[in-house]
Amino acid sequence: MARAATTADAFNAVAEPRRRQILDVLAGGEHSVNDLVGRLDLAQPLVSKHLRVLREVGLVDVRDEGRQRIYRLNGRSLKPIHDWVKTFERSWERRFAEMDVVLEELKEKEEGDGGDE
Amino acid sequence: MAVTSSGTAIVTLPTDTQILITREFNAPKHLVYKAWTTPELIKRWWTGDRGEATVVEVDLRVGGTWRYVMVANEGFEVAFHGEYREIVPNERLVTTEVYEAVPDDFAVNTLTFAEEDGRTTITLLVEHSSKQARDMHVDSGMEGGLQEALDKLEQLAVSLG
Repeated sequence: MARAATTADAFNAVAEPRRRQILDVLAGGEHSVNDLVGRLDLAQPLVSKHLRVLREVGLVDVRDEGRQRIYRLNGRSLKPIHDWVKTFERSWERRFAEMDVVLEELKEKEEGDGGDE
Repeated sequence: MAVTSSGTAIVTLPTDTQILITREFNAPKHLVYKAWTTPELIKRWWTGDRGEATVVEVDLRVGGTWRYVMVANEGFEVAFHGEYREIVPNERLVTTEVYEAVPDDFAVNTLTFAEEDGRTTITLLVEHSSKQARDMHVDSGMEGGLQEALDKLEQLAVSLG
């Protein structure tokens, strides 16, 4: 099976808002399908369909507990997406770090001017 | 004297077409607003360490335009412009933003300033017209990150040489 496709598929899988909702809920802990249906207020077949997509790209794992299927988030598969956003985040943080310097100067200047306070 | 440190930037992608950037600053909001809207101050922070701001034009009124140009450390030029749609001084700014390499597309930026105990949290919501445009925007950070990595590698190579 082509492993290289997995990353791209994970990006597609999280592009769907309902699937992101499911991931958000699973981020808080594992849940059965019925549990998810209740929490998300979605029809069971729809939830099952989204879970199947998420499982195929490895974003969630499933285990059987009695007659229930319990789903949980597979954090490792989210890493490529996390890294993608993190790099963008760092490019902003470099700007904001420069802004911190400007703001310290503005604060000092204002304190210097405001002698009547 | 120890200066209370600021926060760090947090980026999330709330929907397919949005980017949400938040950051806390150790300064009151009128100063953060000033740093965000005054050309000579913008020049000092907007490029981060990625290049030099050669043009920063700000016509701060509704319907007025803005334009920023950066010459990146690698020598290429990137330019952005847009229009001010809403201005509430020290509180809220709504602008459009066009990356001039992709002139047919624009994003809408909504920036809010919230102050608590002398510290200000800014929230910048970037709304693109499509997922593709949003993803390209996030990719631009990747290029920066990659360039940064290459620069470090080059420094290392020079020091080893």
